[in-house]
Amino acid sequence: MSARPSLLEVEELHAFYGKSHILQGVSFRVEEGEIVSLLGRNGAGRSTTVKAIMGEVPPQGRIRFKGRDIAGLPPHRIARLGLGYVPENRDIFPGLTVRQNLELGIKDPRRQGRWTVADMFKLFPNLEARADVPGGVLSGGEQQMLTMCRTLMGDPALVMIDEPTEGLAPLVVEQVARLLDEIARRGVAILLVEQKLTIALRISRRLYVMGHGRVVFEGTPASLRADPALRREWLEV
Amino acid sequence: MFDLIVLSVFNGLIYGLLLFMLSSGLTLIFSMMGVLNFAHASVYMAGAYFAYSLTPYLGFWGALIAAPFLAGLVGAAVERFGLRHVHGHGHVAELLFTFGLAYLIEEFVHLVWGRNPLDQRPPPLLDFPLFTFAGIDFPAFKVFMIVVALGMFVALWLILTRTRIGLIVQAALTHPHTVGNLGHDVPTVFTLVFATGSALAGLAGVMGGIHLVTNPGMAQALGPIVFVVIVVGGLGSLAGALIASILIGLLQTFAIAVDASLADFLRLFGLQVTRATPGWEVWSITLAQIGPMLPYLLLVLMLMLRPRGLLGSRDS
Repeated sequence: MSARPSLLEVEELHAFYGKSHILQGVSFRVEEGEIVSLLGRNGAGRSTTVKAIMGEVPPQGRIRFKGRDIAGLPPHRIARLGLGYVPENRDIFPGLTVRQNLELGIKDPRRQGRWTVADMFKLFPNLEARADVPGGVLSGGEQQMLTMCRTLMGDPALVMIDEPTEGLAPLVVEQVARLLDEIARRGVAILLVEQKLTIALRISRRLYVMGHGRVVFEGTPASLRADPALRREWLEV
Repeated sequence: MFDLIVLSVFNGLIYGLLLFMLSSGLTLIFSMMGVLNFAHASVYMAGAYFAYSLTPYLGFWGALIAAPFLAGLVGAAVERFGLRHVHGHGHVAELLFTFGLAYLIEEFVHLVWGRNPLDQRPPPLLDFPLFTFAGIDFPAFKVFMIVVALGMFVALWLILTRTRIGLIVQAALTHPHTVGNLGHDVPTVFTLVFATGSALAGLAGVMGGIHLVTNPGMAQALGPIVFVVIVVGGLGSLAGALIASILIGLLQTFAIAVDASLADFLRLFGLQVTRATPGWEVWSITLAQIGPMLPYLLLVLMLMLRPRGLLGSRDS
């Protein structure tokens, strides 16, 4: 344990959907500027974990962000502390333009954060070309970029990204990976929630594997690569 | 004939714009909460009574500002201290809550102001015929109502589309969770929209109380038709609410003005329908008689054929 508290510390996190006990004591941490992946098959509890951290699912247990207890706070307060969340379902605002979607990511228009609309357009010229088009007409890949960029506009210190490559063409997956690199380069920590290993193994410093609502493995990409039995049991389909 | 058409258009427009003032707030509230606010028309009525009591102290112009402000405060309190707590128990609980509230407000009105209609006059500044057209006097107060309603539409539309808070409201209408995750205080936005909607209903009440009559039945007279407006216009659509309001306003005033029946219509084709014809009771019903049915017919048809309404952005 270092003397400085981790950026995000989750201890013994439990969550329920009705009577089903979905998370059964999940513990992990993310340090400042670190890329950490949360892996596991469908139903392992990865998405519920980030939803519980964000306050969308009522959490039980201890969640500390920047040393503050955030379990039970409303989502907007958690977001304002600097925790970004990119949900799995690409919830863009379909009636608003690409530019307006990005602007809504800004929490406080008077403060200049790490990212500007111009940055996003430089990273994704596609978005610039469609800046004044309603978000609803973008392709799946463009919507994914827009959701990620929108969250970044709020200048988070840690961004939790749920399955960013789900259902995307290989070329677009490559773009997502480039954006993740850029996020890390600017010192923003990432909690990547994934089912597939490709990107996670390439960019993560550490990773956790979940199964049946618990963390079943903690290690580095190298140690996961070296453990085919573990991959077979908890990850491969 | 021409003067009848002009008069019907004018009256239909005023009635429609009064509906719009009520429905503009309600459609935003409905879209956000996903639940009909049965008490919305009661706040409209409260606006009329607030104005009645405030006018002796503040004059018409003072009351025109103070009564909607009070109605807005009532709306904010209802959302913050009532609906927000009921919300966790689901839509049925919310619906019943607003239903109960509507009756509470009505009984409160009975207690404080009594059951008899109260006479409210337009202020002297607006109590004259502004102009005469096709032999008809156009009262300045009614023209003022039109101006206020249209001004309200423009102001609301500019706020919703040109300001940051407007964008947040627009996004929260359909994706409240996502907006919250981006760090915007959605519960406070809800309260704000609820308060604004109530204030606009109150403003409609101030003018409706003069244009129609201030009485304890005025909520029930307009309430159901306002629901028709927001379904026909489309949930959460301001422009849809405006179009549907005017459409229903015109539909009703024209229907009432036309004293023709199916029998008259068939006569145009040389078919003689008389008292001796079987089903005379049906053939002889005039359009004026079925006028009150038309909005509800439109509601039923709209829900069957195009449930999202004319300009709705979200299926209901």
